[in-house]
Amino acid sequence: MKTDRTLWLTLSLTFGIPLVLAVLNQVTEAGAALHVPTYVLALAGKYLCFAMLALAVDLVWGFAGILSLGHAAFFALGGYAMGMYLMRQIGTRGVYGNAMLPDFMVFLGWKALPWYWYGFEWFPFAILMAVLVPGLLAMGFGWLAFRSRVTGVYLSIITQALTYALLLAFFRNDMGFGGNNGLTDFKDILGFPVQADATRAVLLVTSALFLCLQFLVARFVVGSRFGKMLIAVRDTESRTRFLGYRPESYKLVVWVLSAVTAGIGGALYVPQVGIINPSEFAPANSIEAVIWVAVGGRGTLSGAILGAILVNFGKTWFTGALPEFWLYALGALFIFVTLFLPKGVMGLFAMRRTRT
Amino acid sequence: MSEADTLLYLDGVTVTFDGFRALNALSLVLEKGEMRAVIGPNGAGKTTMMDVITGKTRPDTGTVLFGTDTDLTKVDEPAIAALGIGRKFQKPTVFEPHTVWDNLLLALAGDRRPRFSLWAKETAAEREKIESVLEIVRLKDHRDRRGGDLSHGQKQWLEIGMLLAQEPQLLLVDEPVAGMTDAETEQTAELLRAINRTRSVVVVEHDMAFVRALDVKVTVLHEGSVLSDGSIDHVSADPRVIEVYLGR
Amino acid sequence: MRRLFAALLAIALLVLAQPCRADQAEDALTALGTPGFDNVREGVEQLAASGHPRAAVIIGALQSGLLFVNAEQALFIKQSDDAFVSAGDGTAATGVAAEDLKQVRVNNGIRNAIEAALGALRLFAPDAPTRLEAAEAVYKAHDPAALPALDQALAKEANAGVKKRMLEARAAALLSAPDAVEADRIAAVAVLRARGDIDTRGYLASLTDQPPAVAAAITAALTSLDRLAQIWSVAQSVYYGLSLGSVLLLAAAGLAITFGVMGVINMAHGEMVMIGAYVTFVVQQFMREHTPGLYGASLLFAIPLAFLVTGAVGVAVERCLIRFLYGRPLETLLATWGLSLGLQQAVRSIFGANNRDVDTPPWMSGATEVGGLTLTWNRMYIILFAIIVLAALMAALRYTALGLRMRAVTQNRRMAAAMGIRTPWIDALTFGLGSGVAGMAGVALSQIDNVSPNLGQGYIIDSFMVVVFGGVGNLWGTTLGALTLGIVNKFLEPLAGAVMAKIVVLVLLILFIQRRPRGMFPLKGRAVES
Repeated sequence: MKTDRTLWLTLSLTFGIPLVLAVLNQVTEAGAALHVPTYVLALAGKYLCFAMLALAVDLVWGFAGILSLGHAAFFALGGYAMGMYLMRQIGTRGVYGNAMLPDFMVFLGWKALPWYWYGFEWFPFAILMAVLVPGLLAMGFGWLAFRSRVTGVYLSIITQALTYALLLAFFRNDMGFGGNNGLTDFKDILGFPVQADATRAVLLVTSALFLCLQFLVARFVVGSRFGKMLIAVRDTESRTRFLGYRPESYKLVVWVLSAVTAGIGGALYVPQVGIINPSEFAPANSIEAVIWVAVGGRGTLSGAILGAILVNFGKTWFTGALPEFWLYALGALFIFVTLFLPKGVMGLFAMRRTRT
Repeated sequence: MSEADTLLYLDGVTVTFDGFRALNALSLVLEKGEMRAVIGPNGAGKTTMMDVITGKTRPDTGTVLFGTDTDLTKVDEPAIAALGIGRKFQKPTVFEPHTVWDNLLLALAGDRRPRFSLWAKETAAEREKIESVLEIVRLKDHRDRRGGDLSHGQKQWLEIGMLLAQEPQLLLVDEPVAGMTDAETEQTAELLRAINRTRSVVVVEHDMAFVRALDVKVTVLHEGSVLSDGSIDHVSADPRVIEVYLGR
Repeated sequence: MRRLFAALLAIALLVLAQPCRADQAEDALTALGTPGFDNVREGVEQLAASGHPRAAVIIGALQSGLLFVNAEQALFIKQSDDAFVSAGDGTAATGVAAEDLKQVRVNNGIRNAIEAALGALRLFAPDAPTRLEAAEAVYKAHDPAALPALDQALAKEANAGVKKRMLEARAAALLSAPDAVEADRIAAVAVLRARGDIDTRGYLASLTDQPPAVAAAITAALTSLDRLAQIWSVAQSVYYGLSLGSVLLLAAAGLAITFGVMGVINMAHGEMVMIGAYVTFVVQQFMREHTPGLYGASLLFAIPLAFLVTGAVGVAVERCLIRFLYGRPLETLLATWGLSLGLQQAVRSIFGANNRDVDTPPWMSGATEVGGLTLTWNRMYIILFAIIVLAALMAALRYTALGLRMRAVTQNRRMAAAMGIRTPWIDALTFGLGSGVAGMAGVALSQIDNVSPNLGQGYIIDSFMVVVFGGVGNLWGTTLGALTLGIVNKFLEPLAGAVMAKIVVLVLLILFIQRRPRGMFPLKGRAVES
C-alpha cells in the first residue's frame, strides 16, 4: 500500500509537473498570468536530466554499494553522442559554411571527417551510440574491476581516475570532439529548431517520459529477486559467494544498466542546454551527483529524483542570489547530510510516518 | 576405507600469512556421510582450514580434493558452493535487511545467474521447500522479520537454514552454538545430527559439552596441523591434547 | 674597454715574445685598404697573424664600422670625437676630411674572420678566464686562419683547462682547413668526440668533403655521441621523473598516513597542501615587511609554520567531523569533499581567486650542469626535502611514543584502548600529522606551481593514485609508487605528449589495480578482510 503510494506520487509528479509547465508555455501568451517562460522549461528539462543521472548513481550506490565518483562520464558520453548528431545537423549554417565538417574541424585545418564521426548525421545511430558507448565503457571497466574484486574506496578512486582521464582526453583538440570548447551552436534536432519554444516543450516532456521509464525499470530491477541479491551483495558481498552467487556478474549488470540510463540522460541534456564540453567530465560533477542522491535518500529511487531536483533548484537560486556562497552551501550540504541526515529527505518522511 | 567413500581429502596443506604458518602440512580425510568435530585452541587454524576448503584462501602447498577428483584449489568460492559445499560462518552472517523468508529464498538451490533472478517468480515448489526449512530451524513464526532483527541464536539457526536450503553435500559449520543457551545448544546438536542423516558435516566448536553431545569422531588441531584424532574419549585422554587445549 | 686593454696588453706581450713580422703587417694593411671583400678578409687574417701591435685596435675598429680608407688606400680610424687617426700608428691624421674617406665595408664572411681574429688575439690575454673565453670563441668560429695563433698560444699555455679548450679549438679549426693532413684530421675528430656537446655534434655533422677515413671517423664519432646523448636524455628523464615523483611523494605521504593508517579518505587533503602554500605566501609577506634581512630564509620559517597550521586544521577537522564517520569510509569521502569545497571558497574569499606570487629565494634559483644533465636547483631542493620529510616521518612512526601508539592503534584499536592508549587523541594526532605533512608539501609546491585556491585539486587524484598504487599503510610502498609514477610519466611525455602521458598512466593504473587490487605492497592476513 505504502510503496504503491510513493510510486504513484513519484510518477504523477515527475511526469505531471513538466507536462503542465510545457502545456502552459504553449497555450498561454507571454505576459499572461499563468504563462511559463521558456527559460523555465529549459531549466526544468535540465533538472530532469540530472535526476536521471542521480537515479543511475542511486541504482549502483544505493542498491549495489558501488560509490561511483565517475558517473558523470557516462552522462557526458551520452551527451557527446547527441552533440555529434546536432553538430552534423548544422550543415552549411556554420561560420565556415562547410557542409561536411563542423566549424572546429575547419578551424583546425582538417580536411576530412574522422571515421568515428561517420553515421552521426543519422539520429537513430546517434541514439544507439548514446546508449552503446557508455554501456560498453561501463562493461569493460566493470568487468575488469568487479572480477578483480576491487571494492569500496578503491573502486571509487578508480572511477574518479576514469572520468579524470576522459576529461584530459576530451580537452585535447586532436581527439576530434571540439577540445576545450566542446560542441555547441546547435541549430535543429530532427528538423525542428532547438531554440524554439515548442521544441523545448517537447524535449521537456520527453525527458519526463524517459525519467519515468527509467524509474519504472529501476523499480522492477530493485524489486526482483535480482534486486534482493543486489542488496545482499551490497551488505555482505563475501557471504553471497559462499551461497554460490557471483556478485561480480550482478554488479556488472546493474553497473551497465546504470551507465546506459546515465547516457540517455546526457543525450537528453545536451539539446536542452545547447552545449556539451569536457568540463562535464570533471570529477567534481560526479561527486555532486552523489550528493543529490545522499540528500534525497540513498537506496530510495524517489529520493534520488527528489534530491537531484532540490539541490539543483538550490544551486540555481544560490548562484543567482548569493553566487559566492554557493560553494559554502554545497560544502556544508555534503557535511550536514552525511553527519545528520544519513537517510536523506526520504528518511525524514519515513520517520514522520512511523511516528504518526 | 575405499577411495570412493572419500568426500573431502586434505593432504599437506600449508598456508602462510606474512611468515606466520596458519596451517602447517595439515592432512584430513572425511568420508561420505560422516560428521566430524574439529576442536583446538585459538589460532590452531580451524577457520583457515574452512577458508581453504571453501576457496577463500589459496594454500601455498598441498592437495585439497572434493569427492575423488575435484581439485578445490583450482576453483573459486561460487564454484565450490555450486559443487555442494555450504558454509556457516563463526560470526553469523545473514542478509540483515531481508526477511527470514527472503534470506532462505536467496539461499535456495537453483539458477544463480542474473538473467534468471531478474525474471524469477516464486514457485510453489520453492515455497514448499522454504516452509520445510523454516520448520526444521524453528523459525516458522519469524518468517517476516528482518534478518538483522533476530536474536543471536536465531541468526545462527537462520544461517544453518540457509545452508540447508542450498542442499549441499557437505556442511562446514563454524561455532554454531557460540552465544546460545543450554537449551538452544541441545536443540542445535539435535538439528546437526538430523542433518547428518543425509549430508556430511564438519563442525568447528569450542564447547566440549556440545562436542560430546554430537558423539562423533573428533580431530584436534594445534598450530596448523592435526595433534590427535579419534573418539571424544580418546582425544580427551591424550596427554598432548590436555597439555595444549583442555588443560589439567 | 677592458677587453680592448687586455687585447692591447696581449699584443704587447706578443711583440715582446717575438719580432714583429713587419712585412706581413704592411701587406695586411694594404690588403685591408684594397677594395673587395676577399681582400679585406685576407687583410684581417694576415693582420691577426702578423703580430702588429695595433692589430686588435684596427680589427676592432673594422668590426664597429669605424675603419675608413682614403683614395690612396691609407687606413684611418674614426675616434669618438669624430677626429681621425692613422690606423697603422695611431697618430693624429691631419688634413683628412671625412668626405674624402670611405668606410671599409664588411660582409658575413669578414665578420666571422673578425670574430676569429679578435678571439685569436685574446688567446694571449694574461688572465685565464679571458683566454678560456677566447679559446671558446675561436672554437665556435673554427676558422683555419686562427691556427697559427692557436699554435703559438698553445706553446705558452700553462693552464690545463685553457689548454684543453685551445686544443679543441685547434681541432675544430684544423678540420675546416683545406690543407690539413689526414692523420691530423682523424686526431682532431677524436678530440672533438671527447668534447661531445651539442655544438660539437652539429659541427661534426656539418663537415663534408673530408677524406674517406676521416669521414668514417666522423660517422663513428657521431654515432657514439648520439648514443651518449641518448643516455644523457634518459638520465634527464629519470631526473625529471624523480623530481615529479618527489612532488607526488610529498603530496601523498600525508595521505598515506590518513588513508593508510587510519583508513580515512580525506578528499580535503589537497586543500591542506593548498593551505600550506598560502602559509608560505603569508610568511613571505610578513617577512618582507618586518624582517627583510631574513627574507632569503623565509622558506625555512614557512616549513614549520605550515606544518603547525595545517596540522592544527587537521586536528580540528578530525575532532569536528571525521570522528563521527569512522567505519563509514564512503561517507567520510563525501563529507571531506564538502569540506574541501568550503576551504577552497574560504581561501578564495580571503586571498582572492587569482594566483599569488611566492618568491623563490636566490639560493634555490638557477641550475647546474652535470655532464649532459641540467639540474635545476629548486627541483634538487624538492627532492632533498622529500627525502628529509620521508625520513623524519618514518623516524617519527618508528621511534617516538606517538608513533608507537599510532602503530598500536592501527593494528588493534580495541587492544590499544584496553592498554590505556587514548585512541581518540591518537586518531586526532595522526590526522594532524598527515595534514601537517601535506602543509609542508604545500611549501614545496609553492616553488614550482601556481599558488591558487585550486592548487590542491591538481594533486588529489594523483596522490590517491600513488597511495593506491603503492599499497596502503606502507610508506616505502608510497615512495616507490610515487617515484614509479613520476618516472613513467616523464618517460611517456616525449613519446605521447604531456596530456596523453597522464591519460596513459591513469589507464595503466586502472589496469594495474585490476591485477593487484591492494597495491604493490598489500597488508596481508586475516585483519584485511574486515
